Amino acid sequence: MKLSKVAEILNASVVCGKENLSREVTHAFASDLMSDVLTIDSRNLLLLTGLTNVQTIRTSEMADIQNIVIVRNKKVTPEMLEIAKENDIVILECNYSLFRACGKLFTAGLEPVY
Amino acid sequence: MLFEYSIKGGDFSTAGQASSRFKKVLQQLNVPPQTIKRIVIALYEAEVNIVAHAFEGTINIEVQPGYVVMTLTDKGPGIPDIEKAMEVGYSTASPKVREMGFGAGMGLSNIKNNADILEIQSKINQGTTLKITVNLNQENVIKE
Ligand SMILES: Nc1ncnc2c1ncn2[C@@H]1O[C@H](COP(=O)(O)OP(=O)(O)OP(=O)(O)O)[C@@H](O)[C@H]1O
Ligand SMILES: [Mg+2]
Repeated sequence: MKLSKVAEILNASVVCGKENLSREVTHAFASDLMSDVLTIDSRNLLLLTGLTNVQTIRTSEMADIQNIVIVRNKKVTPEMLEIAKENDIVILECNYSLFRACGKLFTAGLEPVY
Repeated sequence: MLFEYSIKGGDFSTAGQASSRFKKVLQQLNVPPQTIKRIVIALYEAEVNIVAHAFEGTINIEVQPGYVVMTLTDKGPGIPDIEKAMEVGYSTASPKVREMGFGAGMGLSNIKNNADILEIQSKINQGTTLKITVNLNQENVIKE
């Protein structure tokens, strides 16, 4: 699924990486716990999280996660944006709950990691 | 090649900067992405542990043709029972650390899973040293 499609399904706004919306994701993982995120296979992955601090992006950088959806109407900080830009990370902001966002994407065919 | 970084305990705004810098070094050295991921995940977990659990620390990294050795030495409370600390789910992380998205007690075992060799030494009320070795010449093995 293209990120542009993800944005459409979630009614999300693109706050970083507008030029990369044709990127494909096949799997998604949802967590506010970075300890968990650091243990998963990140190929073609979309991360959904409500955790908005610099470590969300650092964790993604280290785990090679390139695509993030911030849920629950949380906003990214300028520091997060800076690191995301540096690492070619796409960030979408959406005002759905984590459960609703996951439900919509699961129904649309994104696969769980496990 | 040798690299050195210093780490401030308690400072989550800068946590991960050393791992980020070293990741760029590995990319410049054309290390395969899957191997880079194993190295920097182990390094980042260990760096965050110093920020979360100790007062200050130093990272020394030696890059050799066949392997990378990362030695993280901190001044801090030390780990009273290393075997217990290695168990998934064991954590003494503060509420502040949990707020940052950490403190599930998964870091040390994740380091072990990504490393080829992990050695831990610790003295109570002095500090902890982790020596993490990752071989460079193996493709696409992420141990789980
Ligand atoms: N450098 C350190 N200095 C002192 N204690 C440490 C250090 N590293 C780990 N510990 C102790 O070992 C425990 C387990 O560490 P581990 O990295 O596995 O989990 P965590 O840091 O608590 O949570 P997570 O890594 O999942 O975010 C810690 O909670 C802490 O008590
Ligand atoms: Mg840890």
